[in-house]
Amino acid sequence: MSTTRRFREARAAYLFLAPAMLAYAVFQLYPLAQGLWLSLFQAGLTPERTFVGLRNFERLAVDERFRRALINTAFLVGGLVPLALTLSLGIALLVQPLAKRAQAFFRLAFYLPGVAGGVVLAMVWLWILNPTYGLLNSLLGAFGVRPVAWLGTTEWALPSLGMVVLTWILGQPIILFVAGLDSIPPELPEAARLDGAGPWALFRRVTLPMLRPTLLFVLVTQTIGAMQVFVVVHVMTRGGPANATQTIVYRIYETAFDFYEYGYASAMAVVLLALIAVVAVVQFRLLGQEIEH
Amino acid sequence: MNTERFRARLTGACRGAALLLLTLVALASLLPLYWMATGSLKLQQNAMSVPPEWFPQHPTFQNYQKLLFGSKPVLRWFLNSVVTASAIAATAVFTSTMAGYAFGKKRFPGRSVLFGLIVVTMILPREVTLVPLLVLMRQLGWVDSYLALVAPFICYPFGIFLVRQFMQAVPNDLLDAASLDGAGEWATFARVVLPLARPAIAAVGIFAFVSGWNEYLWQLMLLNREEMLTLPVGVSKLVSSLTSFDMGVAMAGATFAFLPMLIVYLAFQDYFVRGITIGAVKG
Repeated sequence: MSTTRRFREARAAYLFLAPAMLAYAVFQLYPLAQGLWLSLFQAGLTPERTFVGLRNFERLAVDERFRRALINTAFLVGGLVPLALTLSLGIALLVQPLAKRAQAFFRLAFYLPGVAGGVVLAMVWLWILNPTYGLLNSLLGAFGVRPVAWLGTTEWALPSLGMVVLTWILGQPIILFVAGLDSIPPELPEAARLDGAGPWALFRRVTLPMLRPTLLFVLVTQTIGAMQVFVVVHVMTRGGPANATQTIVYRIYETAFDFYEYGYASAMAVVLLALIAVVAVVQFRLLGQEIEH
Repeated sequence: MNTERFRARLTGACRGAALLLLTLVALASLLPLYWMATGSLKLQQNAMSVPPEWFPQHPTFQNYQKLLFGSKPVLRWFLNSVVTASAIAATAVFTSTMAGYAFGKKRFPGRSVLFGLIVVTMILPREVTLVPLLVLMRQLGWVDSYLALVAPFICYPFGIFLVRQFMQAVPNDLLDAASLDGAGEWATFARVVLPLARPAIAAVGIFAFVSGWNEYLWQLMLLNREEMLTLPVGVSKLVSSLTSFDMGVAMAGATFAFLPMLIVYLAFQDYFVRGITIGAVKG
């Protein structure tokens, strides 16, 4: 009786899963396996492939442009992740006590750019950052700052792209932090206040520990997002000037679609996969443990 | 007494200053979208004026005329994007609702392994799959087709995850009552689960639509024929990082690509919030 019931339940479950898992197997898992496999070949537009073992990876190790892309991506991660975390947490702390209406306005202000999408915003920023008739230089000019060629100089191009990306990634973390703050039981801060805790102690001892799971989630998703910056590079700089804005994903794109080196591009993608896996595991280990304390 | 009042006033003033700063930052965050929308009403000489025009002095719809009835099939691009994003939303809702229900409420061998695969896929970079996917689409003869635009997104791991989280919070009694009444699996799903899960289903549909609309890299790689381009891919060619371009027309294109997203956001604001908070990993 119970075995037939269990069997029936399992059969129903598999039927419910079938459409998703079928599509998953064909269009996600199979290409993933192919991608890993392809990194061991020299392959291009034509169907023939030559097995080259780890030669693609050896080539990557001495590829000057890929090294730049790695450094640039690390710069973006190192800049964007701390900025996104502190800004979104700070904004959430200010927004959370406000009335519903005011919250809706600030949510719109910070979340809408993310919905607008990278292409649309990159197009606008290309104009805003124009050295001669861009809005930014003219605003800064009012304070006596000389015009800067934001995208045209090697020292400014990458930070400029980072700033542009920063303008559309804050919405989701803000919403998550506000929800996290909402879920802190009011007794906790009250008790801490009665114990004589000041605002800073309250934040350190009560608010931050309660937000740990949210912090972990935001940290991991933002890091992974920053490792995959592409749209701004493609629309605004094409990796230039002088490779100053090359990123890993842009290298993959160029290698595969401008140079048709499918095997080599796959090797780059495998490196990205490995980097993301390592970063995610390390972050989960470090903060996951602290959550249990 | 006096010092206390002073202190209260001081914190009040701090809060006021902080709120003022917050409002300024919020307006700055919206400024690019304002600049885009007003820029779409400026002719090239106004768009290039120094100092910039905060309000268009001579607003005109000429840019939209040039955009929509010029040499590029922009209306067709719009249609392509609508079809693609709608199909992605519909298939994502279909697969995510059923799979999320199974993961959330059914016990079966292999559940944790399969669900683990789905969760890992949310973290893995899609870039690894792009080249093989393109090769696969060539083999299937699907290049420059709607099928190829939609297929990689039929299984939507985030949607499965979202529905599963939602279903886990639904009490089992509700579902058991239905099956005691003699309703079969499919009837229980259609009559009990679907109405219950409506908020989660709506959130999945909206997120899938937005991400389908803004999916750039795959569309860029896949599409060659001009009449098959999607709106974001098409209008992004209106700007150039290397040469000068018509700012007004480019901004009209960007505004045109943004408008559907604005409408979706304004119509479904609450679903965004709910979807994001359900979808975040809890514990």
